[in-house]
Amino acid sequence: MTSPLLSQLQQESRKLLMDRSVEGRVGATLPDLDVPECELPSTDLIRDDLPLPEVSEGEIVRYFTQISQYNFSIDNNFYPLGSCTMKYNPKLNDLIASMPGFSNIHPLQNDATVQGALQVVWEVQEYLTEITGMAGTCLTPMAGADGELAGMLMARAYHLDRGEDQRKVVLIPDSAHGTNPASAVMAGFTVKTLPSDNEGNTDLDALRESVGENLAGLMITLPSTLGLFDRNILDVTRIVRDAGGIVYGDGANLNALLGRVKMGDLGFDVIHSNLHKTFSTPHGGGGPGAGPVIAGPRLVDYLPSSLVCREEDGGEVRFKQSTPEKSIGRMGAFQGNFGVLARAFTYIRSLGGEGIRSISDDAVINANYILEKLKGSFDLPYERVCMHEVVFSARNLKNNCGVSALDVAKRLIDYGVHPPTMYFPLIVEEALMVEPTETESLETLNTFIDIMRTISEEAHSNPELLHEAPHFTPNSRLDEARAARYPDLRWRPSHGDSE
Amino acid sequence: MTPDQLKYSSEHEWVFVDENGVGLVGISQHAADSLGDVVFVDLPVVGDSVDQFGKMGEIESVKAFSELFSPVGGEVLEVNSILADAPDLVNESPYEKGWMIKVKVNDATEIENLMTLAEYEDYVLESESN
Repeated sequence: MTSPLLSQLQQESRKLLMDRSVEGRVGATLPDLDVPECELPSTDLIRDDLPLPEVSEGEIVRYFTQISQYNFSIDNNFYPLGSCTMKYNPKLNDLIASMPGFSNIHPLQNDATVQGALQVVWEVQEYLTEITGMAGTCLTPMAGADGELAGMLMARAYHLDRGEDQRKVVLIPDSAHGTNPASAVMAGFTVKTLPSDNEGNTDLDALRESVGENLAGLMITLPSTLGLFDRNILDVTRIVRDAGGIVYGDGANLNALLGRVKMGDLGFDVIHSNLHKTFSTPHGGGGPGAGPVIAGPRLVDYLPSSLVCREEDGGEVRFKQSTPEKSIGRMGAFQGNFGVLARAFTYIRSLGGEGIRSISDDAVINANYILEKLKGSFDLPYERVCMHEVVFSARNLKNNCGVSALDVAKRLIDYGVHPPTMYFPLIVEEALMVEPTETESLETLNTFIDIMRTISEEAHSNPELLHEAPHFTPNSRLDEARAARYPDLRWRPSHGDSE
Repeated sequence: MTPDQLKYSSEHEWVFVDENGVGLVGISQHAADSLGDVVFVDLPVVGDSVDQFGKMGEIESVKAFSELFSPVGGEVLEVNSILADAPDLVNESPYEKGWMIKVKVNDATEIENLMTLAEYEDYVLESESN
């Protein structure tokens, strides 16, 4: 039950730090002055438009701890944010990455003093090359889109080298990741969208009509953003390669394929892998990520710099940094986000070959379990076995009850679950894209299924409840579009007594 | 305003030019439906000048972000400021309450570059089947 005091406390708990300031209060005690006193430089140089909060140490710790608790993370609860692979990140990864030999080194140190770190880089390169069946890996791209750009710049360099500068067109299926077209354009190509057929595969007739001597290549996400394995993939890669194009694979959904499918065997020339998704390093707060670019035989000489190579001389092993012969140059400083690489290394080593294979098994089984259990409550746009994620549609709820995918997502927050990805892929109306990941237990999946069924019933019996959700968060519906465009990041005095 | 009184651009904006040469501009029902729930509309300010088929603003829906292009060129006389707080009017009433700007049309012959309702409907059907 609420009371006037409770409401007052609630309001006070939302005060910003500056509004908690009490004149004269200090959070630190300075030692006595033990050096000669001198005049400050001209006061003109001292800003007075940015007052500091006057609070005690205890108040400031509580303040930041409280606001940190508004945050939602994979360590709080289930986080089925489709396409983002929000799986649990073992704490062992962090433990290893924070070892002083990894965390206290400097990228400009002499290679001879960081052989262990270079060995980690080399081993991750080798693991990724092996896992994907490609020819070589560069770990420096800083995130998925950076890896995509690297791959497309490599494709461009390849065509230019062969005197085929007319190859300007990149085909991208409508079920690809949204970053793909942007990467292709940034690399100097023009984009043509390919439709999906009614089973969610690439439309082969449309593909055949689109290839020609202007074809630079194709960027395809496998499994697609529909969570489906493209059954036409061997034909797709063959048609593109026969026409002289490069096949780019967006490996953001690689956790569905690990230990089961090698992208190299399917005819891919270059792919990227999001270590922060597939290989379990923290993400969701804006990074850091890592998007290694992995090349097949045709493009391996164009990899960005620098790589780490292993040399053996009279029984002595040394790791050295090197630049491939026709390298496109640097995509990131030094060896990229090394801390992420050390975490991925730990993850791969602690799972081993069998463990890596169980990732894809569990990811696919978990998603299909949810698909089966929820297909009575939500529309399924493609009646097929899915891969690591399942895309539902809330279009029936919208048409029958006026409840949108957004309302369903907001109501999930009331039940303590992070909303799934919404309105993506664009080819599914009122899309809800659920990726349970491989790290969730049967109990968690069952709880989620119960919640989703309940929400579907609520949509019919009490749609208002969903329109007004979430009910239990500090703020309810936010104007997200305005917040993104006009972010209000700085405290300002509320009644204009300065400025 | 009824859809058959309007002229349409290939970027899915419509315009209605009155006897004083003032063009009322918005986006088509088809555009509003394919965008989905509109959450933000950014428009020029009064006094700005816009070119025919030039950028006049931005629109964001739950699904996508798109640019808006003016179907006619001229000076912006008025802006539908209600859309700043109620962008969903674009979905509810694209031809009435969801109008975007009024433009003092510079060159009346620009209208000839636009489509009639029947032509626009054919255009939409054709681009959907491609």
